[in-house]
Amino acid sequence: MNAAAERRANSRRWWLLLLVVPLIATLWVPWFAHAHPVLFGLPFFYWYLLAWAPGSVVCSAFVYFKTRDVI
Amino acid sequence: MQRSALIVFLLLVTGVSILGFYAARWRRADLDQLHEWGLGGRRFGTWVTWFVLGGDIYTAYTFVALPALVFGAGAIGFFAMPYTIICYPLVFAVLPRLWRVAHRHNHITGADFVRDRYDSPLLGLLVAVTGILAVMPYIALQLVGIEVVLAGLGLPTRGWEGDLPLVIAFAALAAYTYTSGLRAAALIAVVKDLLIYVTVIAAVIVIPRELGGFGKIFAAVPAAKVMLAKPAAGSLGSYSAFATLALGSAVALFAYPHVLTGTLSADSPRTVARNMAFLPAYTFALGLIALLGFMAVAAGVDKLPQFAGYFRQYSNNFAVPALFMKSFSGWFTGVAFAAIAIGALVPAAIMSIAASNLWTRNIYRQYLRPECSGPEEARQAKVVSLVVKFGALVFAIALPTSYAINLQLLGSIWIIQTVPALAFGLYTRWFHRWALAVGWLVGMVLGTWMEALLRFKGAVYPLHLLGTVVPTYIAVTAVVVNIVVAVALTLVFRALGIAAGTDRTAPADYQSAPA
Repeated sequence: MNAAAERRANSRRWWLLLLVVPLIATLWVPWFAHAHPVLFGLPFFYWYLLAWAPGSVVCSAFVYFKTRDVI
Repeated sequence: MQRSALIVFLLLVTGVSILGFYAARWRRADLDQLHEWGLGGRRFGTWVTWFVLGGDIYTAYTFVALPALVFGAGAIGFFAMPYTIICYPLVFAVLPRLWRVAHRHNHITGADFVRDRYDSPLLGLLVAVTGILAVMPYIALQLVGIEVVLAGLGLPTRGWEGDLPLVIAFAALAAYTYTSGLRAAALIAVVKDLLIYVTVIAAVIVIPRELGGFGKIFAAVPAAKVMLAKPAAGSLGSYSAFATLALGSAVALFAYPHVLTGTLSADSPRTVARNMAFLPAYTFALGLIALLGFMAVAAGVDKLPQFAGYFRQYSNNFAVPALFMKSFSGWFTGVAFAAIAIGALVPAAIMSIAASNLWTRNIYRQYLRPECSGPEEARQAKVVSLVVKFGALVFAIALPTSYAINLQLLGSIWIIQTVPALAFGLYTRWFHRWALAVGWLVGMVLGTWMEALLRFKGAVYPLHLLGTVVPTYIAVTAVVVNIVVAVALTLVFRALGIAAGTDRTAPADYQSAPA
């Protein structure tokens, strides 16, 4: 790999930081351990965590398409 | 129990068993080679890998143990959501790297990689032994899942004839794993996923409507179960338990031999990355299944006289089968139970294959018969895949299982101790091999000892840190101590100039090929 290509690859790797978002969002319990607002009868705690399943796919898919050349 | 459920169940389970034997002809190759039998020839594309890894991760843990925990203990059981959300981003970049180096050196197990990286068959042996040990309680959990549906179908559950249905199911599993290897698990995993999707969709449409909607369901659950208890002053209470259970489980997951087997059987590092990006979609289904625990509370299944005997025998683990029997018609109960049983058989097959790969590569060939031929290696793995399943039976019988999920939490306490050697090793050769070995030993002893203090009935141990009580998943505590020991001893061993061995991998082995 030449120097320019390597620099490009390294700058793309910054996108990997986006993967940290779902980690923090679902592990910092005080943010979501409450009942309100309720959605479709589900307390906040439950629908918030359920929503992060597709949310995490969006983050990872974005990173995948940005970095697939260097993976 | 309705006859129709039993008939549908038997038809489906027999069908997948036939499929398992047929799998030997699928993508035909020489099954007398270990990488063909045990890794499917490393040729699985994006879809097959999706089903194999999905079959690995979403198991009887998801369909029986998890809703059982929600049923019995409430919101804390939802730690499995962050667990199965964060496990993928954590290893998004790590596993493709492992795939590349394993491919270049024909590594079949994580222990193969560790041995070559650190020039240490001993470290490879430690990783292998841990892997074999850790999958046994995990397979045992699958057994519990099969047991509860067999009981629900009205098959005998006591005495020697009570063990017979389980033994027959396991014998069939053992036979097609023996003949077809990972190919059988991969093909059956496709059927398993279809059945699971159908069951989950039906369950979340039919059951909440029957119970009057989610609002009513949550109103029927005691408030203490709906929300995590607010921590008292001077304690992090259920909050730190919730977060560390999720974090520890997620970090441990990808050190499990069956998950590495699923990863290495993919056809390219991009296939692995693509799956890491899209597998969290399955986690949504896991969340819905976890909610079945609350639906079972609202339906009051444990108070219905027809289920009283089952709850006495299987405790909370019977919550989901009871809910299905109460809510579904006979034939659809058969479909749902087949989904649970097949969802337990697939991972049990992959786990036993992964454990026998470890035995054959890192113990048998390394220490007992270094000169063994390819076919001999494959034959050895096939035989050991049988032995591992019987080891799991011992766990299933010996440990208390009021919450089957504890079996998996126990396996993770052990397997996470191999993460420093495996994951750090993919990025740096800084750690000293003997420091990693001692760190492993300390982590294993500490983790097992803390479990023993809890009498193997829980996995969260309250630490006292700077005057605050921090209930922490034992896996996290033990692996942190493991890492601290490994870092400290690496500094010591380097200062003493103790030989670190020769790295048999090269930096280029980890990089993607130039485009």
